[in-house]
Amino acid sequence: MLEIENLHARVGDTKILNGITLSVKAGEVHAVMGPNGSGKSTLAHLLAGRAGYAVTEGRILYDGKDLLSLTPEARAGEGVFLGFQYPVEIPGVSTLYLLKTAVNAQRKYRGQSEIDALDFLAWIRDRVKKVRMDIEMLHRGVNEGFSGGEKKRNEILQMLVLEPRLMILDETDSGLDIDALRIVADGINALRSPERAILLVTHYQRLLEYVQPDRVHVLARGRIVRSGGPELAHELEAKGYGWLDAA
Amino acid sequence: MSTSRREIETLLRGGEYSAGFVTKLDADTIAPGLSEDVIRFISAKKQEPAWLLDGRLAAFRRWQKMREPRWAHVQYPQIDYQAISYYSAPKSLKDRPKSLAEVDPKLLETYKKLGIPLAEQERLAGVAMDVVFDSVSIATTFREKLREAGVLFCPISEAVREYPDLVRKYLGTVVPPGDNFYAALNSAVFTDGSFVYIPKGVRCPMELSTYFRINERNTGQFERTLIIAEEGSYVSYLEGCTAPQRDEHQLHAAVVELVALDQAQIKYSTVQNWYPGDENGKGGIYNFVTKRGDCRGRASKISWTQIETGSAITWKYPSCILRGDGSTGEFYSVALTHHRQQADTGTKMLHVGRNTTSTIVSKGISAGHGRQSYRGLVRVLPSAAGARNYTRCDSLLIGEHCAANTFPYTEVRNPTAQLEHEATTSKIGEDQLYYCRSRGISEEDAVSMVVNGFCKDVFKELPMEFAVEAQKLMSVSLEGAVG
Ligand SMILES: Nc1ncnc2c1ncn2[C@@H]1O[C@H](COP(=O)(O)OP(=O)(O)OP(=O)(O)O)[C@@H](O)[C@H]1O
Ligand SMILES: [Mg+2]
Repeated sequence: MLEIENLHARVGDTKILNGITLSVKAGEVHAVMGPNGSGKSTLAHLLAGRAGYAVTEGRILYDGKDLLSLTPEARAGEGVFLGFQYPVEIPGVSTLYLLKTAVNAQRKYRGQSEIDALDFLAWIRDRVKKVRMDIEMLHRGVNEGFSGGEKKRNEILQMLVLEPRLMILDETDSGLDIDALRIVADGINALRSPERAILLVTHYQRLLEYVQPDRVHVLARGRIVRSGGPELAHELEAKGYGWLDAA
Repeated sequence: MSTSRREIETLLRGGEYSAGFVTKLDADTIAPGLSEDVIRFISAKKQEPAWLLDGRLAAFRRWQKMREPRWAHVQYPQIDYQAISYYSAPKSLKDRPKSLAEVDPKLLETYKKLGIPLAEQERLAGVAMDVVFDSVSIATTFREKLREAGVLFCPISEAVREYPDLVRKYLGTVVPPGDNFYAALNSAVFTDGSFVYIPKGVRCPMELSTYFRINERNTGQFERTLIIAEEGSYVSYLEGCTAPQRDEHQLHAAVVELVALDQAQIKYSTVQNWYPGDENGKGGIYNFVTKRGDCRGRASKISWTQIETGSAITWKYPSCILRGDGSTGEFYSVALTHHRQQADTGTKMLHVGRNTTSTIVSKGISAGHGRQSYRGLVRVLPSAAGARNYTRCDSLLIGEHCAANTFPYTEVRNPTAQLEHEATTSKIGEDQLYYCRSRGISEEDAVSMVVNGFCKDVFKELPMEFAVEAQKLMSVSLEGAVG
């Protein structure tokens, strides 16, 4: 489903990604771990289409299509979703309005008609319950004055409403209390299916206990330096990243 | 919501000033030029009493000695006041139609195209409308129903004849003829506008609205509006404006006067969408307007809400004189300048009475080569013990070539006054746009979404139908602002 081939990227004169190769099949969950500043978020944003990066080598194929040539909105239309490490605040625009506009924009992209307003409300209410958010929060400005944990839950809510096929979750588990971590994990598992793929960027083994990954990758200095099964995450938890330098 | 969304999309695809068409009809338009004879001609056309003609001539003589103000941060070539025609009226309106059925179908068609189907409006309750086309009012709907409530709503030219005492008592008492250059010009040559009178204790049963349309070439529109709210009354009044797309500039110099007596409330909302000119600044309306409200009575309240998306140049400071003790003035404004548009707008709050309160919320958006200034004055006189003001000015910049300035002036001459001021200037957030787009929303829709969010504090002050209209306008006006 997702083929990242020898991806090199820079911002200005700074090289950040130095040849990443990664293949994710439909139905799989991959975890991406690695020290601060190693390039995990950069990779996530390259997948979602943020401007400002220059890809100097390599390519990304999604369903066989050249992902890098698509606008961010087209990628979303194709089913790509990024849960932001730092969700953005949009004052005065309610989450409800953002999501309704997003759902209809994506439907339009796929040649479907606009969703009925009442159907949408029922749909979103059900999802709000799943992430145990207060329905009132839907009417507040997007992430405006939300706590760190509330922002992360709002990302999961958006994911549940949009039902993407490729989910990239950038540290959605950071800054969550135990209950919220459960909710986020349940949300991710709810969408886990043979047609979908998930890329989990995380620093902690804990999320991976709830969402079992098929593969774990370690990113360091813009390169994947180790890949393995779920046991690799345990190893990292025990030993940290220092031993990777030696290796 | 989905209808308005669809409309936005249609309009975006159209991508141009949709009100820019011209209605072809025979008009009585006097030759360009301004003289005492022209003023006598206008006054005679309107069958005015002598006192009004005298007032006009006095204003004209003052105006001749005045100089055009140059302090505003706007630039435009010298206006040739002799090149403008000061009166134009569709011929079919020689005898004012008594009902919509008598109005020239071409005119009705014009309003239908502008999205204001008058005939339907008359059937659907909700908003009563006065419609001013160039220099004359062509129709006022719901007059009978309003009269039952004691509310007077008619063209001001008619009010001069029908209710001369009321007009004479109030006209020019809030904006005196010598107030400023454009007000003096207006006082000399004003042609039509609306007159509203709400009697004591009456809550006006529906929204009142005036729609101004400039159609003829080389004409100016000099509208005059007077709203009087007697003790304990309430009225919400809306004003909308459009003009054809023409290569030359046209002048719109209006005067609006509001008077609120004891505990009366006037809510005045404007959605101004005069033709803004093209991308290179060719054509467009010069909108030089004096609007002022007088909170004459105790605990009275006047609120101005304005959405300014049109005009090549806007020069406008809707103000409040807070004379009555405990009176309240409010100013909520969204001004958008795109392409080569310029706006110098803001408000004046003059605190005279004790415990008077004013609130100013101004949102300025500049895109393209647009430039705008917020100019606000809060003046607290020694008599205004306990006066309070809250001012918030936010500017949003889209792109690299636009500019925004803020000039908040304060003059406080009573030590018990409390003033609070907040101001921000920011670029439209790339991260906000990217966030929306990563959810599947197009860049253009993302811009309009973020901008609408930025304006929300002002939009929520608008009556419902206008709020939708305003959002729609913002999207259309921002067309091409990014990318
Ligand atoms: N716009 C930018 N300009 C300059 N340097 C950048 C920019 N964006 C990222 N970087 C640098 O690239 C490196 C990788 O950043 P990135 O955010 O991808 O790290 P990360 O692996 O997500 O880290 P963390 O675990 O802290 O979230 C960092 O050194 C960062 O400073
Ligand atoms: Mg990161």
